[in-house]
Amino acid sequence: MPLTTLDRCCPGVEGNITHLSGEPSLVRRLMELGFVPGTRVFVVKLAPLGDPLQVVVRGYHLSLRRLEAQSITLEVNEVTNE
Amino acid sequence: MSSCHSHAASRQRLSGAAEPSNGAEAPDRPRYIALVGNPNAGKTTVFNALTGMRQKVANYPGVTIEKKEGRCRTSSGRQVILLDLPGTYSLESRSPDEDIVRDVLLGLQEETPRPDMVVVIVDSSNLERNLYLVTQVAELGLPVIIALNMLDLAESYGREVNVNLLHQRLGMPVVPLVARKGRGVDKLRQYLDDYPRDVEWRIPLPAAIQTEKESLAAGLSQSLGVDLHLADALALRMLSNEELAKKVERRWGHNWQPRVAAARRRLADEGVALSSDEPTTRYHWITDLCEDVMSVPSHEVKTLTERVDRVLTHRFFGPLIFLALMAFVFQSIYTWAQLPMALVESGVTHLGRFVSAVLPEGPLASLLVDGVIAGVGAVVVFLPQILFLFLFLAVLDDSGYLARAAFIMDKLMSSVGLHGRSFIPLMSSFACAIPGIMATRTIDNRRDRLLTILLAPLMSCSARLPVYTLMIAAFIPNTRVWGFFRLPGLALLSMYLLGILMATAVGWLFRQTLFPGKPAPFLMELPPYRSPALRNVAITMWEQGWQFLSRAGTIILSISIVLWFLASYPHYRPKPGESPAAVAGAQIRHSYAGRLGRLIEPVVQPLGFDWKIGIGLVGSFAAREVLISTLSTVYNVGNADESSVTLREALRRERRPDGRPVYTPLVAVCLMVYFVLAFQCVSTLAVVKRETNSWGWPLFMMGYLTTLAYVVTFALYQVGKAMGWG
Repeated sequence: MPLTTLDRCCPGVEGNITHLSGEPSLVRRLMELGFVPGTRVFVVKLAPLGDPLQVVVRGYHLSLRRLEAQSITLEVNEVTNE
Repeated sequence: MSSCHSHAASRQRLSGAAEPSNGAEAPDRPRYIALVGNPNAGKTTVFNALTGMRQKVANYPGVTIEKKEGRCRTSSGRQVILLDLPGTYSLESRSPDEDIVRDVLLGLQEETPRPDMVVVIVDSSNLERNLYLVTQVAELGLPVIIALNMLDLAESYGREVNVNLLHQRLGMPVVPLVARKGRGVDKLRQYLDDYPRDVEWRIPLPAAIQTEKESLAAGLSQSLGVDLHLADALALRMLSNEELAKKVERRWGHNWQPRVAAARRRLADEGVALSSDEPTTRYHWITDLCEDVMSVPSHEVKTLTERVDRVLTHRFFGPLIFLALMAFVFQSIYTWAQLPMALVESGVTHLGRFVSAVLPEGPLASLLVDGVIAGVGAVVVFLPQILFLFLFLAVLDDSGYLARAAFIMDKLMSSVGLHGRSFIPLMSSFACAIPGIMATRTIDNRRDRLLTILLAPLMSCSARLPVYTLMIAAFIPNTRVWGFFRLPGLALLSMYLLGILMATAVGWLFRQTLFPGKPAPFLMELPPYRSPALRNVAITMWEQGWQFLSRAGTIILSISIVLWFLASYPHYRPKPGESPAAVAGAQIRHSYAGRLGRLIEPVVQPLGFDWKIGIGLVGSFAAREVLISTLSTVYNVGNADESSVTLREALRRERRPDGRPVYTPLVAVCLMVYFVLAFQCVSTLAVVKRETNSWGWPLFMMGYLTTLAYVVTFALYQVGKAMGWG
C-alpha cells in the first residue's frame, strides 16, 4: 500500500500512521492528541477554502492545517468515495 | 490565600501537601480540589453545576490567565474550594495556560496551594484521548476522581463504557455524569467527601527512561523532602522539559539543570526520544484498556454532528450560513443594542436633570451631573453591546459552532497572520472594540490573542461613524463617480477599508517583530454539536458584564471625571447678556482642556488642525463621538449632533487668523483618517488593561496607534497641501 503524508490526502482517504516527522514539539503534540504510529486516520473533508483539513482520529474530529498534516505519514488503506 | 514565598515555607507546604492520605483524616482548612480535563470535556459545565454563582475570578500572578475558584458543599455539608484549571490535553506544557495546570498540580505555582485532590473530567465519547491526561495525572501522587462526563453522547455513538471495569482497572472512583442535564452531579458531590488513596500503578516506560527518571526522582525526594510519587512525576516532567528544571531551581533551589541536561544527553546517546516514547507508551496502554472497557459498534454510526456538518461546513453553504450568522450577530450589536443604549443615555440625561434641579447650581452639582453621572453613563452604555455579543458567543461556543466558524475562516485569517478564531472579535470591533477585545478570550493561543487585541481598534467602530458623517456631509461634494457611485459613499467606504488595510500591514509587521517565530500550530478539535446549556450562557453573560463594570468601569469612570474637570475649570465668568451657547463656548475655550488644545496646537498644526480641533481631540479621549459635542460647544452652536445643519455651517464658516477657512476637504479627510487610526477611546485602554492584566500592552497600543495616526495624517496633509488639494 502506498505511503503518503496526510496533507496530500483527499477526503474519504483512510490510512494507518507509519511515522511522524518534523519539529519535535509539534510531533509530541500530535502524538498527545492520539496520532501515534499504528493509529487509523480518516480524512473527512477540507475547509471551504481548501485548508485546514478535518480528520477523525481515535473516534473524534480534529482540524489541522496542511502545514501540520505534513508531519504525519500514512499507509493508505482504502478510499471511500463520498 | 496564603502567599508564602520563602524557600523554607514552600518546601514545608509542599511536603505537607504531598503526604499520602488514607481517607480518614481531613485537613483543617477547606479541602482544595482541582478540576482538570481536556478542552471540550465539559469542565466548565461541571464547575458551574457544582459551584453555581459562588465563583471568584482572579488572575494568576504575572500572567493573563484567569484563576477561577468556587465554593461548593459536599453531600455531608462540608465546604470545599474548587479550582477550575485551564483545559489541557497533556501535562507536557506548551503554553502559559498549560504551564499553570502542570505547576499547580506539582505544587510549583506561586500563591496557589497544591490541591488535596484532583477531579479529572473525561469526555466519554472521546475516551482514548481523554485518558491520556488521566494517565499523567494518576502518577502525581494525589487522590484522583474520574468524572465520566457526556455518557449520553457516547451512547448516541453506540459506544458503551463499562464503568465498573474502568474503576477497577484505574483503581480510582469513576462517577458517571451528564453534567449538562445535571445527572450524576449529586453523586459527584458525595465523592468530594471521600479521600481516595492515590493509585499505585504506573505505566512502564522504556527501561532507559525509567532508570534516568528514578535516579533523578531519588535526588529530588532527598533534597526537597517530597514523597516519591511526586518526585517521580516531577522527574519525568523535568526530563521532558528543561524549562521546568529552571523553574524548580528558582522555586526550591538546588542545581537541577546540569543533572537534567546530562540525563537528557545520555538518553539521546542511547537513541531514546522521551518526546515520542512517552505518548506512544501511554497510548498503547490506553488502547489495550479501551478494548476491554469500551464496546464499539460493529459498523460506523452516522452521528447527528456529521450530518449537521455536511451543511454547516459545506463548501458553498458553510460560508454562506456563516456570513448570515455573522450578519445577524453584527446587526444585533450594531443596531438592536442601540435601543437599550439609548435608554441608558436618556436615563442618564434624566437623572442628570433631576439632580441639577434638586441641587443648587455650583461645583458639586456640576461634578455630580457632568462628572459622575455622565461617567457612570459612559460605562453602563457599553453593557448592552457586551451582553448581546456574549449571548451569541456563549451560545455559538457552547453549541460547538464556534470551532466550525474558525475552521471556515482559518485560511483567510491565516493569510494575514491571524487565527480562524480572530475573525469574530475583529468583526465585532466594527461595532465597538470593547466587546470585540473581550471576545478574544475564545482564542487559546496567547500570541494570536494579543495580536488580535492590538489590531481591534483599527476596525472603524460605530462611535466613529458620527465623525465621518459630519465631515462628509459638510465637506465632501455629492458628485457622481464612474457613473453610479457617489463620492460621499466612497469616502465612507474608504475609511473602513483604510482601517482593514492598516490592520493587515501592522499585523504583518508585528508578526515579524513582536511575535517572531513560526505561528502556533492550528490543532483544533471540532466538538460534537450540543444544545447550549442555559446555565453556561447565563453565567458567561453575567461574568463578562460584571467584570467589565467592576474592573474596566472604574478606570473609565475615573478618567471621565478627570476629563470633566479639565473642561470645567478654571471657571469662566459670563458677561452680562451672553447667550448660553456663547457662555458654554467661552467656558471650554477658557478651561484646562481649552489650554491643552492650544498647547498641542503646534503638534497638530502639521496635520492641518487648529487649536479648536485640538480641544475636540482632547475630548474624544472620553469617546470618539464626543468630538461632535465638543466642537459644537467650542463653536458656540450649543448642543448639536452630527446631522445638525448649524454645526455644518459653523464648520464651513470657521476661519484661521489669516482669513483662510480652517476646514477644507483636505482637512476634513485628514481628520477622518486621524480618527480611523488614532488611539482615542480610554474605555479601550481600560479593557485592554483588564484583558492583558498589565499596563504595558495598553500603553504600547496607545503609542503605536498614535504614532501611526500622526505619521499617516501628517504625510497626507503635507502631500495634499503641496499638490494644492486644498
